[in-house]
Amino acid sequence: MLIADIGLPPVGLNHYLLLGALLFVCGVLCMATKRNGIGVLMGVELVLNGANVNFVALASYNPAFQLEGQIFALFVIVLAAAEAAVALAIVLNFYNNHATVDVDTAEELKG
Amino acid sequence: MTDLLSSLLALLLSQETADLLAPILAAVVKGSIIIVFMLLSAIFFVWLERKVSGRIQDRLGPTRVGGKFGWLQTLADGVKLLLKEDTMPANADSMLFRIAAYATLAGPFLAYVALPFGDGWVAQNLNVAVFFMLAVLSTEIFGIIFAGYGSGSKWALFGGMREAAQMVSYEVPMAICVLVPVIVSGTMNLNNMGRFQSGFLWNWYLFHDPFTFAAFWVYFTCATASCKRAPFDLAEAESELVAGFHTEYSGFRWLIFFMAEYGSMFAVSAIATLMFLGGWHTGVVPGELSEYLGWPGNLINVGVLIFKGWMLVFVMMWVRWTLPRLRIDQVMETCLRYLLPMSCVLLVGVAFWQVAMPAGVLMYLKYAVSAVCVVLVLFTMVKVWTTRTPLPFGGVQELWGRAGVPGGIEAVKK
Amino acid sequence: MNASDLQSLLFYALAILTALCAVGVVVTQNIVRAAAWLLFALGGTAGVFFMLGADFVGATQLIVYVGGTLVLVVFGVMLTAQGPFVNLRTSAAEWAVSLVVGLLLYAVLAVATLGGTWTKQERTPEQQVAMTDSADSNNSILIGHAFMGQKIGPNATGYLLPFEIVSVHLLVVLIGAAYLARAKRRRGVANVDR
Repeated sequence: MLIADIGLPPVGLNHYLLLGALLFVCGVLCMATKRNGIGVLMGVELVLNGANVNFVALASYNPAFQLEGQIFALFVIVLAAAEAAVALAIVLNFYNNHATVDVDTAEELKG
Repeated sequence: MTDLLSSLLALLLSQETADLLAPILAAVVKGSIIIVFMLLSAIFFVWLERKVSGRIQDRLGPTRVGGKFGWLQTLADGVKLLLKEDTMPANADSMLFRIAAYATLAGPFLAYVALPFGDGWVAQNLNVAVFFMLAVLSTEIFGIIFAGYGSGSKWALFGGMREAAQMVSYEVPMAICVLVPVIVSGTMNLNNMGRFQSGFLWNWYLFHDPFTFAAFWVYFTCATASCKRAPFDLAEAESELVAGFHTEYSGFRWLIFFMAEYGSMFAVSAIATLMFLGGWHTGVVPGELSEYLGWPGNLINVGVLIFKGWMLVFVMMWVRWTLPRLRIDQVMETCLRYLLPMSCVLLVGVAFWQVAMPAGVLMYLKYAVSAVCVVLVLFTMVKVWTTRTPLPFGGVQELWGRAGVPGGIEAVKK
Repeated sequence: MNASDLQSLLFYALAILTALCAVGVVVTQNIVRAAAWLLFALGGTAGVFFMLGADFVGATQLIVYVGGTLVLVVFGVMLTAQGPFVNLRTSAAEWAVSLVVGLLLYAVLAVATLGGTWTKQERTPEQQVAMTDSADSNNSILIGHAFMGQKIGPNATGYLLPFEIVSVHLLVVLIGAAYLARAKRRRGVANVDR
C-alpha cells in the first residue's frame, strides 16, 4: 500500500503531556517578555491551558480519575474567566490613570 | 455511512486500505454536503430576502430581470461578486484582514457538524450537541472583531466593537433559554431531543408548559440579535457606519461574510426547531416517519426540518424589514434589563414546575396549550385572508396590479 | 497503517497547529495579532479535549474561554489600542535571556515527562459499575451528578462545596470587576484626553 506504513509512533500520554508542557513554557515566556499588560494576561491564559491539557489527558488515561481530571479542568476554565475579568478591570484602571498599558511603568510602589 | 463507503472502496482496493480510507472519505463527503447546503441556502436566502423586503416595503423586488420571480438575479449577483476586484486598504493589518472572513465562516460551518437533519442523520452525533453548537456559533464574533480592527477604518472598528459588546451580552440569555428544554428533556443531544418530540403537535416542547413557550420567544429574540439581524444590526448599521465591520471588504471575502450570516441564521433557527418546534416531525403523523418508511421517511424528515428552519429565517427577515433599528444603548438595555432577568425566571420556573407540578397537570397541559395556540393561529390566518386591505397611499399601484397581487388594482378602484 | 495511525495523524496535526499558534503568541510584537494566535491556540486545545473524549470540557473551553474570556481580552486590547501600545517592543537582550530560560524550562519538563512511566490503567469492576454506561457517552451527566455532590467511583468525592464556592466567587468577581472598571467621570476623562 502507498500509505501503509508512515511509521508514526502511536500517541500515548507522553505526547499530550509534552504538548501541555509546551503551552506552559510559551505562557511563561509570554508573561516574561510582553510589556503590554494584556499580553501578560494572555500568557496566564496559555499557562492555564497547558495545565488543562495535562488534567484532561491524565484523566482519560487513568479511569480511576476520569471525572476528577475533567472537573478540575472545568474549575480552571471558570476561574480563568474570573481572573481575566478582574485583571482586565485593573489594566483598564491603570490605563485610565497613567494613559499607558506598559507594565514596566507600573513602579510607583517600588521601594 | 462509513461502513457503506468502506464496502464500496473494498471493491477497488484491499480491505484494510478501504477501512482506513473510509472514515477520511466519509468526513470529506459530510463536510462537502454541509458546505453545499450552506451555499445553496445562502443563494435561496438572498433571493428570499429581496422578495420579502420588496413585498413589505412596497417595492416588489426583482421581477423584470432574471427569469421567473427574478431568481437569476441572485446568480448574477454571485457572479458579480466573484469577478469583483478584491481590494485591501493600504493601512489594513494584512493578516487579520485576510483571516477574518474565514474565521467568521468557520463558526457556522462547525455548528452544522452537530446538527441532525433527520433521525440519526447527523455528521457527528455529539452528546453535548446543543452546547457545542452554541459554543462554535459564539466564535463567529472573532472574525467580525478582526475584520473591524484589521480594516484600519473607523467605521469598521466601531462595528466590530459594537458587535463584541452585543454578542457577549446576548449569548447569556440565549444559553439560559436553551437550558429550559434541556431541563424538560434531560438531554443535550439534539438527536435524542428531536426523537422525544415525535408524534403529534402537542408533543413539541413549545407546548409543554408556559415556561418553554415563553423561552422560545426569548430564545428567538436573542438568536436574532446574535446573528446581528435588524433590529439589532448595530454592527452593520448602514445609515451610521456605512457598512460597519465589512466596510472595506469586496468581492469574494465579502461573499464569505454573507454566507456566514445566512449560515448562522439557519443554524440558530434549526436549534430552535429541534428544541421547541418538534424537530423533523410533521406534527400530524403519529410516531416516527423513519421507522415506518426507512430512509425515504427520513428524507421527508429532512425536508420538514429544513422547511421549519426556513420559516423561522423568513420570520427573521419579516422582522428585519418591519422594525426600525435600535440604538446601541437600547440594544444593551433590552438584553441586560429585560431578556436576562426573563430568561433567569424561566430557568428557575421550569425547574420548579418539573418538580412541583402533579403528573396529571404535566400530562394534560400540553393538549390545552397546543389547542389554544392552533386556534389562535387559525383565527389570525382567517382574519388576514378575509380582511380586504386597500393599497398604501402612494404605493406603486400599477406594478402591484400587474404583478398579479390578489385584489391589487381592483381594490384601489373600489 | 490502521485506525490508531489515523488518530495519531490527527493528533499530530492538531498538536503542531496548537504549538505553532502558542509560539506565535509569544513571538509576535503586535498585541492584536497575539490575540488572533491565542484564539487558534485555545481552539486547538479544545480540539485536543475532543480527541481525548472530553466533549463537555471541550465545549466549555469553546464557550467560556474562546467565546467569553478571549472576547473580554480582545475588548481590553481594543479599548487600549492606541498607536504606540499596539507594538510594545521587547529588547534583544531580553529575548536572548528568555529564549535560554524557555528552552531550559522545556527541557526540564520534557525530561520529567519522558522519565516517568505512564501506564494506561484498566478500570476496576466497581468503577465499571459506577460509570454505568460507556463513560464517554454519558460524560456530561456524570459531571453534572458530581457537581451536585454525588460520589462516583470508590475514591471519588462530591464536588458540591467547590461548586458553590466557585459560584459565589464568580458573583464577587462580577461585582468587583464592575466596580473597578466603572466610569470615573472627572479624572478618567481628563487623563485620556491628554
